[in-house]
Amino acid sequence: MTTVDQSTPGTTVPGRLQAGPAPQPRRITAVRTPDVLAVGGALAAALCTTGLLWTEIAPFSGLIGYIVLTWCLFVLFYAVLVSFDQNGPAVRDRVVSVVVHSLGALVILVLGFVIVYTFARGFHAMLHANFYTQDLRTTGPLDPLTKGGVIHAIIGTLIEVGLAMGMSVPLGLLTAVFMNEVPGALARFVRTVVEAMTALPDILAGLFIYATLVISFHRFFGFAAACALAVTTLPIVARAGDVVLRLVPGGLTEASYALGSGQWRTVLFVKLPTARSGLATAVILGTARAIGETSPVLLTAGATYSVNFNPFSGPMMSLPLLAYQSVQSPFPAEITRGFGAACTLLLLVLVLFFIARTIGGRGPGQLTPRQQRHRAMGSVRDLARYERTWTARTAAGYLGEES
Amino acid sequence: MGSGGFAPDEPISLFPEPDPFEGPELAPLPQTPKKLTARLSASDYAFRALARGGGVLVLVLMVLVGTFLAYRGVHALRKAGFSFLTTQTWNPNGGGFGIAAVIVGTILIALVAITVAVPLAVGAALYISEYAPRRIQRGLISVVDLMAAIPSVVYGLWGAFFLQWRMVSLSRWINDWFGWIPLFKVDGVTKNYTGPTATFYTSSTFIAGVVVALMVMPIATSIMREAFSQAPPGEREGAYALGATRWGMISAVVIPFGRGAMVGGIMLGLGRALGETIAVVMIISPVFVIQPHILQNGTSSISSLIALQYAESTPFGVSALMAAGLALFALTLIVNFLAAMIVSRSRSGAVSEV
Repeated sequence: MTTVDQSTPGTTVPGRLQAGPAPQPRRITAVRTPDVLAVGGALAAALCTTGLLWTEIAPFSGLIGYIVLTWCLFVLFYAVLVSFDQNGPAVRDRVVSVVVHSLGALVILVLGFVIVYTFARGFHAMLHANFYTQDLRTTGPLDPLTKGGVIHAIIGTLIEVGLAMGMSVPLGLLTAVFMNEVPGALARFVRTVVEAMTALPDILAGLFIYATLVISFHRFFGFAAACALAVTTLPIVARAGDVVLRLVPGGLTEASYALGSGQWRTVLFVKLPTARSGLATAVILGTARAIGETSPVLLTAGATYSVNFNPFSGPMMSLPLLAYQSVQSPFPAEITRGFGAACTLLLLVLVLFFIARTIGGRGPGQLTPRQQRHRAMGSVRDLARYERTWTARTAAGYLGEES
Repeated sequence: MGSGGFAPDEPISLFPEPDPFEGPELAPLPQTPKKLTARLSASDYAFRALARGGGVLVLVLMVLVGTFLAYRGVHALRKAGFSFLTTQTWNPNGGGFGIAAVIVGTILIALVAITVAVPLAVGAALYISEYAPRRIQRGLISVVDLMAAIPSVVYGLWGAFFLQWRMVSLSRWINDWFGWIPLFKVDGVTKNYTGPTATFYTSSTFIAGVVVALMVMPIATSIMREAFSQAPPGEREGAYALGATRWGMISAVVIPFGRGAMVGGIMLGLGRALGETIAVVMIISPVFVIQPHILQNGTSSISSLIALQYAESTPFGVSALMAAGLALFALTLIVNFLAAMIVSRSRSGAVSEV
């Protein structure tokens, strides 16, 4: 093996790179033409086949059935089209991808449709100003929409939900603080019971208050409804508050203890302010839940057609109850009024929800620009105060003696 | 507990090591751990008493709901005896009363709801955590949360006024082709029947179940999405590195990781579906016989029984409703405890071993 074949070089020296266009990075998530064609082709084939089935071969009817069948055929055709140039795992991947995408789209479509449908049906009632300023005391089910309104239900809802949250928020937050700050067997037990109670069917809360307050006082009144709503929302607020308080960074509380403050000062001035945005979100979402609850109110508040400001005497109307009762009437105007009440309710919930999202978008301790300015101004004031004290003491001669 | 905070009255054990450089004249340090306890100030004691009081109050209130239902229901239960579980009619003042019909209706509605909601929830959760572009992911999470916040009466309106009439043809189709299965049978309609069909198919278990499915789906979706998005990235990338497609990665990593949360989310949804009231009341037309045909007009559930009967009830009737409520309470409590157990036992949320 001493002879070396001279005809083949031992090493390969790459030539200089040709100066040309800069290399394009390969796009790995790009939409490719065959994919688009496969989806479009499968969709067209599915639509045509369903149309053929519907009109010619077997006479079916109904939009939902048409859509369901089209979708099933679409998935089938798509799988066949993809299998022409892909192997088994890739075909499965594509089919699952199509199914998951369409399920995601379906969820959003349904939600949008529920909201749009309610607004479309209740729209006519909401156009009239009297809808927001009058009650139904003198309005019969046959009266046109230009007469009567839901102000009594709006006032009733606000009073009932306000009272309910006034009871359940302090107690719920106190329970959340208890579960976080006083660990032990009792706290564990409370947490278990609270978690079990978040699943309490809301009608049972209503039945409980009906059997205690309504039967023993022999009448329906707004405060009973507030109590029922409070029983429903209490576990929700306590549990959400517990979760939020657990997210407060341990370093902050330990720093507070290291500076010598006691437990209640730490909770009051460090933990709760740090978790403020999360707690606000928990409270707002609990309120949205309480506003929409129908069954506890149905059993406890009674129903009325006039404005009632006193939660302790006389029945009190609320928006979900009005919507529920109005649509049972056979008269179109009354049904539209019911949808109008549902729209008002939905608007309240949407507004609360967007407030909650705006506040809840920030993590614990993150400040808005406004809060940051507020803090900066506070520290400027502190500095000015120190300087004033300093000058006053120097003038009085205290510091001269010390130094 | 995971409070992360420093709890002042927890004993802190120190194990002082004897210092080798110390002179022999000092006595040896004690080997038993030294216990440190912080003395609480009066205000801290007051705070703890207040917090404990709040916790105990909530505990008492929550336990009271259950015990009160039991206490008031016992009267009716004692009178009805074992027939409470087997009687179908509901007539507390006249003849017999029992929950056989309503509990079957409750469970059937919940099962239909779960059957419809599970594919939707799994699909939506997978879409949000795995397929959706990053920039719309947060928006989609909000949409699902919003679905959970929409009042049940709005879903009820939609179901009763819109969906109900659109579902008739689908129900008819299922009935025509699968009517040989007892579940999908409808009395009075044969395949060649050409008369008006709407009255046979509206107000059925199926339609109520579909509407309840929309209400329980967001809860199940958000629990599943949470678990899916926590699947360890190392294992995901490992699957991709071995040549898996996206679905291959999901079926090998994400779904096994989130299986416990999937079951737990489904169970929590089931618990919610069992107790749903107002949307069901708005759709069904109550009948008090066991109705196993889910496509047929007429069914009942415990919560709708309570909502429809409370006003006309005598004291004994209320006691009977309490007994029915107790059955519903026990049912949801069992389902929810099972769900909590499955969620806490699953690997979901645990870190990767790699």
